[in-house]
Amino acid sequence: MFVLKVAVEMKNISKTFADVVANNDVSIKVKAGEIHVLLGENGAGKSTLMNILSGFYTPDSGEIFIHGKKVELTSPREALKCGIGMIHQHFKLVNSFTVAENIIMGNGNSALRLDMKAGIEEIKKVSQEYGLQVDPKAYIWQISVGEQQRVEILKVLYKGADILILDEPTAVLTPQEAEGLFETLRKMAKKGCAVLLITHKLDEVMEVADTITVLRKGSVVGTVNKADVDKRKLSEMMVGRETFLRTGKIDNHPGEELLTLDRVTVLNDKGIKALKGISIGIRRGEILGIAGVAGNGQKELAEVIAGLRKAEDGRILLRGENITGLSVFDRINRGISYVPEDRLGKGLVPGMNIQENLVLKKYRSAAFSRGAFLKISKIREASREMIEKFDIQVSDMYSPVKFMSGGNLQKTLLAREVSDTPDVLVTSYPVRGLDIKAMESIYDLLIEQKRRGCAILFISEDLDALFQLSDRIAVFYGGQVMGVLRPEQTDINEVGLMMMGSKKTGVA
Amino acid sequence: MKTRIVLEKVCVPKRRQLAYRILAVVLALVLGAAFLGVMGFSPMAIYRKMFGGAFGSKYGITETIVKTIPLMLAALGVSVAFRMKLWNIGAEGQLYMGCFAASWVALRFPGLPAYVMLPAMFMAGMLGGGLWALVPAVPRALFGTNETLSTLMLNYVAILWVDYLVFGPWKDPKGFNFPITPEFSEAAFLPAFGNSRVHIGLVFGVLIAAVLYIVLKYTKWGYEIRVIGESREAAEYAGMKVIKNILLVMFLSGALAGLAGMAEVSGITHRLQSGISPGYGYSAIIIAWLSRLNPWGIIVVAFLFAGLLVGGYSVQTIGLSASIATMLQGMILFFVLASEFFTEYRIKLVRREGVKNGE
Repeated sequence: MFVLKVAVEMKNISKTFADVVANNDVSIKVKAGEIHVLLGENGAGKSTLMNILSGFYTPDSGEIFIHGKKVELTSPREALKCGIGMIHQHFKLVNSFTVAENIIMGNGNSALRLDMKAGIEEIKKVSQEYGLQVDPKAYIWQISVGEQQRVEILKVLYKGADILILDEPTAVLTPQEAEGLFETLRKMAKKGCAVLLITHKLDEVMEVADTITVLRKGSVVGTVNKADVDKRKLSEMMVGRETFLRTGKIDNHPGEELLTLDRVTVLNDKGIKALKGISIGIRRGEILGIAGVAGNGQKELAEVIAGLRKAEDGRILLRGENITGLSVFDRINRGISYVPEDRLGKGLVPGMNIQENLVLKKYRSAAFSRGAFLKISKIREASREMIEKFDIQVSDMYSPVKFMSGGNLQKTLLAREVSDTPDVLVTSYPVRGLDIKAMESIYDLLIEQKRRGCAILFISEDLDALFQLSDRIAVFYGGQVMGVLRPEQTDINEVGLMMMGSKKTGVA
Repeated sequence: MKTRIVLEKVCVPKRRQLAYRILAVVLALVLGAAFLGVMGFSPMAIYRKMFGGAFGSKYGITETIVKTIPLMLAALGVSVAFRMKLWNIGAEGQLYMGCFAASWVALRFPGLPAYVMLPAMFMAGMLGGGLWALVPAVPRALFGTNETLSTLMLNYVAILWVDYLVFGPWKDPKGFNFPITPEFSEAAFLPAFGNSRVHIGLVFGVLIAAVLYIVLKYTKWGYEIRVIGESREAAEYAGMKVIKNILLVMFLSGALAGLAGMAEVSGITHRLQSGISPGYGYSAIIIAWLSRLNPWGIIVVAFLFAGLLVGGYSVQTIGLSASIATMLQGMILFFVLASEFFTEYRIKLVRREGVKNGE
C-alpha cells in the first residue's frame, strides 16, 4: 500500500467567541484519498473548525498547511483557491435558477461572455466522473433535496476543489439517498480528494469513515482509525462517559383513541395539497412516530392539528368531539400542545425573557392574570419552579431567550408545553440540532408524558429514535400515509423504502 | 502590510447603547456646527443663542413646554405602533385629522358649554386620528400591504384636506383672506396654567405616558402587543388575535396623534389653520426612536426636541432660517440610525501579516 499524502494540516488552532472557547489548541491532519470524520456533540467545535478551514472564520492563533504549504485563509474565496470547498447544511442555491446556472455562477471565466453550453458539458463530465446524477437544465425548485445536495457538491468540484467539507450532509436525506452520497464520497476519496465529514451519527461513521477525529468541548479527544474502534468506544470518547442507546420501551397498553384525523386534506403555503385525505389516530399513552423525508406533509400535519392551518376537507376529532373548525386558542384550552419545528420565532419569542416565554400560552389563565393585569410575581414564581423542575440552565431570568443554547431552548419549550398536562402533544423534530445529553433529557420528557397517558405525535427524521420511542410508526410520502408499522415488526430498510414512496398494505 | 475590516456580531449592554445614542446626537451637533461654520456663522454663538432661546428665559421654557405637548402625544402614538413593528409614519396626517374633527365639533356646535364641548372635542380628535390610521391598517391587517408607504401618503391627503377647508368652505369671512377658520367659542379653549400658553394637554401627555407604561408592562394586552411585535408567528401559535390587535393598535396610535391635533387647536390656536403643525408628526418618529419607545424617555426627548424647535425660532432674529432646527433634527436622525449598527456589531481591524511569527 502506498502512503497517502497529507492534504490538510491544522496546527494548534484556537478560536474564542466572546467568552466561549470554540476551539482550543486543535490539531488535525487529513490525508488525500481518505474520508476523515469529525465526530462530536453539538457545540464540540466541529463546525467552527471547519468554518476556519473554509475561510469563514479566522483563527485567533494557529497555522494551516494545505498540501504542505502554509496558507492564510482569510475568505471563502481564498480557501477555494486552495482547493477547499464546503457543503453547508443549509444549501446556498438560487431556487429560480437552473442547476447549471447555480454551478457556473460566480465562476467568472470571463466577465462578459457566459458559455452555458461548454459549462453544461463540463458539468456532465464531472457528474459522470463522480456518479452525481442530476439534470443540469432542471430548476432548483423542481428537484429533490437529495439532488440539491448533489448540486452543492458539483458546485465545489466544478470549481476544482480537492478538499471537501460536508456539514452533517445526511440530515436531510433518506437512508437510500444517504447510501448514494456515501458511494460518491468513496469515489471522491479514491480519486485523491480529501473528504471531511462532520456528523454525530455513529452508524454513518462506522459505515463511511477511514479516520475519525473526536472533538469534545473544543479540544481533540483523539484521532483513530475506524478499524480500531467500535460504536461504544466512539460514543464514550464523544461524551466522556458511557452512553446507552435506550432500548426497552415501556409498554403501558395504549388506551382509547384521543385524536382522530379522518380523511383530512390540507394545502401548503403555495396552495398545493400537502395532505391528501389522510386518516390516522393516536391513542392515550401512545407515541405515534411520523417518518418521512422533510417536506412530505409533516409540517402541515402538525399545523392542522394545532389549528394553525385550515383543513380543506375531512374532520379532526378530539375525544370524539369535532374540533375541525376550532381556533388555536380553543384547541390549546382543550389540551392540545404543539412543539413546533422552529423553536425560536414560533415556539419561543426570541427577544423576550424566559418568564414571558413560559407563560406564552397561559398568560390568560386565572393563575397568571386578574382582569386585564398579569400577575407578575406569580409568573416569576412559576417560572422558577419550571426552570428547576426541567433543569433549564439560565444565567438570568430577564435576558432574552435568544441567547440560550439549543438544548435549553428546547427544554424551555417542552417545559411550557407539557406543564399543562396536555392530552395531545405534537412534537416536530424535537431533538434536531441537540447534543446527546440534551437529546436524552428530551426523550425522557416524552416518555414521561406517555406514561402519564398523553397521546404523542412524534415527527422525526431520525429513524433510530423513531424505532426506539414509537409504539407505531406512520410513514409519510407525498402527503399520504404509506403505511403504519410496529417497530418490532419492521426494520429501517423497509421504512426507508416507504419513505421513497413504496406502499405497504395492512395496518398495524 | 494589509489590514482588513471585519464585522463581528456582539451583544452590547444597554448602558453602552445609550452612550452610543448620546454620542450620535453630539456628533450630529458637531456636524451641524461645521455646516454653520462653512456658512460663515459662529457655531458656538448660534448654539448658545438657540439654547438660551429655548431654556434661558421663563418665556423660552414655557414655549418649549407648549411645543413639547404635541410632540409628546404624537410620539407616544407612534411608539405604540412601533412596538408592534407597525411602521406608522402617518402621525402627521393623523394629527391633522384630529385637528379637523375637533374643530368640526367646535365650529358646528359653538353653543355647547365647556364641560360638554371639551370632552366632545377630545373624543372627536381621537376618533379623527384613529379612524384615519385605520384606513391603512385594514389592508395591512388583512392583505399585508406596506403600511410605511400608505401611512406616509395619507399624510398629504390629510394636510390637503385641512387646507381645502381653511382656504374654502370653513374660511373665516372676517379673516382678511387668511387660511384660517373663525375663532372657536371660549368653551372650546383648553384651560391653561396661569396666564401662560401651557395648557392642560401637558397633563394628558404625562398621564397617557404613565398609562401606556403600565399597559405595556403589566397587562395581558400589553404582553400581546409585545409578543406580536417580536414575532407574529409566535403570537399566532399562542392563539393570539393578530388581526384584531393590528387594528386596535393602529387605531390607538392614530388616536394619540389625533389628540395632539385636538390639543393644538383647542389649547393654542383656538381655530383651525393652514400648516397648523410644523411637522410634529415627523419629529415624533425621531423622538419615539431616540427614546427606544420608552414612554418616560419620550417625555424627556420630546422636551429636548421642543427646545430645538424653539431655539430654531430664536435664531431667526440674527438672520438664520428657523429650518436650522429641522436640519439638526435630520442630522440627529441620521446619526442615531447609524449608531444602531453599533448596538449589534463591532468593527475589528485584522492584520493580515505578522502571523508569520505566530501572530
